[in-house]
Amino acid sequence: MNKRSHSIAFWAAVAVFLVAVLTMTQIVRNEYPFFAGYVILQFIALAVAWSILGGYAGYVNFGTNAFFGVGVYTAVALFKATGAPLVVQIAAAAVVGMTLGFGVGLLTLRMRGIFFSIATIALAIIIETFVMNWRFVGGAAGIQIQRPPVMAPFDSYVKMLFFVQAMLAVIAVATARYIQNSRIGRGLQALRDDELAAECTGVPTLKLKLIACMISGALISAAGAPAAMYLQYADPSSAFNLSYSVSALAMALIGGTAHWIGPVLGAILLGSTQQLLAVTISSEVNVLVLGIMLVLFVVGAPKGIIGLLRPRYRLRAGGKQ
Amino acid sequence: MDLLLGAVVLGVLLGCFYAAVSVGLSVSFGLLDVPHVAHPAFLVLASYGVFQLNESYDIDPLLAGLIITPLFFVFGLLAYRVYHETFERRGSDAAVRGIAFFFGIAFIIEVLIILQFGVDQRSVSATYIGKAWRFGEFRIPIRQLVAFAVALALTVLLAVYLSKTFMGRAIRAVAQDEEALRLMGANPVRIKQFAFGIATAVLGIAGALLIIVAPVEPTLDRAYIGRTFCVVVMAGLGSISGTLIAAIILGVAESIVLTLFGASWAPAISFAMLLGVLAVRPQGLLGR
Amino acid sequence: MTTLAAADAPLLQVGTLTKTFGGFTALDNISVEIRKGERFGLIGPNGSGKTTLINCISGALKPQVGSVVFCGENITQLPPHLRARRGIARSFQIPRPFRSMTVLENLMVGLDFAAAGSAAAEEEIAMSILTRMGLAAKAAAPSDTLSQVELRKMELARAMAVRPKLLISDEAMAGLSSSEVDEVLDLLISLGEEDITIIMIEHIMQAVMRFSERVMCLDAGKIIALGAPSEVMANKRVQEAYLGT
Ligand SMILES: Nc1ncnc2c1ncn2[C@@H]1O[C@H](COP(=O)(O)OP(=O)(O)O)[C@@H](O)[C@H]1O
Ligand SMILES: [Mg+2]
Repeated sequence: MNKRSHSIAFWAAVAVFLVAVLTMTQIVRNEYPFFAGYVILQFIALAVAWSILGGYAGYVNFGTNAFFGVGVYTAVALFKATGAPLVVQIAAAAVVGMTLGFGVGLLTLRMRGIFFSIATIALAIIIETFVMNWRFVGGAAGIQIQRPPVMAPFDSYVKMLFFVQAMLAVIAVATARYIQNSRIGRGLQALRDDELAAECTGVPTLKLKLIACMISGALISAAGAPAAMYLQYADPSSAFNLSYSVSALAMALIGGTAHWIGPVLGAILLGSTQQLLAVTISSEVNVLVLGIMLVLFVVGAPKGIIGLLRPRYRLRAGGKQ
Repeated sequence: MDLLLGAVVLGVLLGCFYAAVSVGLSVSFGLLDVPHVAHPAFLVLASYGVFQLNESYDIDPLLAGLIITPLFFVFGLLAYRVYHETFERRGSDAAVRGIAFFFGIAFIIEVLIILQFGVDQRSVSATYIGKAWRFGEFRIPIRQLVAFAVALALTVLLAVYLSKTFMGRAIRAVAQDEEALRLMGANPVRIKQFAFGIATAVLGIAGALLIIVAPVEPTLDRAYIGRTFCVVVMAGLGSISGTLIAAIILGVAESIVLTLFGASWAPAISFAMLLGVLAVRPQGLLGR
Repeated sequence: MTTLAAADAPLLQVGTLTKTFGGFTALDNISVEIRKGERFGLIGPNGSGKTTLINCISGALKPQVGSVVFCGENITQLPPHLRARRGIARSFQIPRPFRSMTVLENLMVGLDFAAAGSAAAEEEIAMSILTRMGLAAKAAAPSDTLSQVELRKMELARAMAVRPKLLISDEAMAGLSSSEVDEVLDLLISLGEEDITIIMIEHIMQAVMRFSERVMCLDAGKIIALGAPSEVMANKRVQEAYLGT
């Protein structure tokens, strides 16, 4: 009903979720569920982070892969150079992602709509090309990663990564939720609807767009940072794979971007479908399903799954719905 | 020095070819304002159509391109219809979804090609493929010359069509002032749909050129997102003559970088130029 | 800073303002001062530069030459949102609502960003503005379901939510029926009575006459008349501008 009890419910759910995740890593023997679960959690983080810029602010970022790859390679470079622990790698990736986000935010000064989207693809390709020519991290051929010993209380590295990614997903969701319920969220929504009108109503549009880009970028890069450890390998064409962009965008739009729960639903639904399909059929069919779902939803259900569930879902959950 | 001169000559040839693959976008995005990110995917699809005809019936690639052109025209009509009905008429947040729509379409096409043809490179056979002309040091592949000639003809033809014919002028008019056209009793949507059809039809030939110049693979469209949008934006939206000039600039730049720094930097050229133009002169280098 | 001289100083000073688009001069050396609390009418044929002038005042456009001074501060280089926070609010000739929001939320944007206060008080203020504008019943309605008059009113209400010292209304009555025009006009006049300075752009002459203490007429980017409403209406050049070519 009111904001307070909403918050209590939210953080209680988060606590229950994290405890469940931790318990699972201690009880379940088989590694496969963690291997698959990691990917779904990663998609939750990506889709939610994407929607901060793409959903709330209405700037369609095709460059999720740029931020993801930058996260991967920040971690790889740092690990190779100093052997820094995973937490440090993730933090560093977030900082670099935030910096890149600042750059992307400056792009919004001059371009919007499709121009912005194309510019973000351009950025991704340029950064990928640099990494391909960067010998230290293996260039185009990629680099093998030797995992360090796993830390207690975990008995396998994959389980630990699963827990870490769960944390990252929670951070992404909590951040998105905070933005949505704050002044920033209202300002972003206003500038998405009409940038000039928002400016003239007192909204500092450039500042808000920079904030959205930086937060979104930091979260995406952070979610990408553990990927090299997960795969024990990194190469530019998979780290900067455009399918990360499609997935993040599709999951967010299919779930619905008016509320943070939308991208979460989208990621869970499509992420687990993907895991099933990848096992039973092929990864191509995966992308095909994603593409077709995306097109069907943007044409037929503009507000996504949450729009179907509740026809007039307002952006702001606090207050009186 | 000779090396550089050779690079420039090859760059000009390449540039005209880039013009041919971009003119369609110059109409659909430049004139009609449709965020057509799937243009390069349509292009690659056309190449595979040409490949199929060449492979199964031994039809010359250019003729094959001509054969699939009407098909692509209809394809374009349909695509615009869907886009218009679902996004253009609604306004507001439809812009975001319109962009996502074409992004999704591009991916669907990519995957369908993979499922049908696999991920390997495909090429066509024709008498002019594989031979080369030599001028002393230079060696110019005839396939490049053929592509150059056809591309130039195609681009000029479209430019003439848009500036001289009645329908062409109507298309330009609808891009400038839809309301005025409506007042004159014309149906702007019909004209735009037709224009989008033309823009897509051109891809039949352009796709043939693409596979004549070099083998194609399903994800080739990604590189061409950079090239085609770079050309169209640099040209100044909707300018066909600008398209030719911008494409030649891109072709020469790519060719020089290829010669001096090697192939691994080439894919980034068009994207870097695009980013530069967008950041500094969004109205295009050659625009108003 | 509140010396006696400052209290007498004009609220807004526009000095030698020139705005060109490419080679076209939309505003040509415009200078005008607007007193605190004044009701100021701005008229001129279509394309004469009225909207361009208020775009320069609100910050949507930057002039090539000249200055805008508001409350003694030179704001020529400030972005629009900082001008809004200093108390300049405007409506748009073609309404530009935040379409994905309700009417109330539209107002909350201004209250949140331009007129910072406590969240609970904000909703009350927004409701009181809506009540005055006769839109209270529509508070929870999505703004894309409003009628034309309601949209115009909401534009004004949203501008009011900025808590402005200067309110600029750009043809808020265009396309309304005569009873609706009176309704909006009464609103504007009542706002003027509570210390808000108002610039009103309008084509409907009766409305301009009734509303304005002073009227300025633009033609082709130049001021051709400035003074009491009856004087301006009687001015030959004004009549030519409206009736002639
Ligand atoms: N952004 C712009 N770019 C180019 N020309 C413009 C722009 N805005 C206004 N103009 C031109 O400036 C002139 C004045 O326009 P405007 O201020 O809108 O007139 P009014 O509001 O008095 O009808 C018009 O000729 C218009 O075409
Ligand atoms: Mg006007």
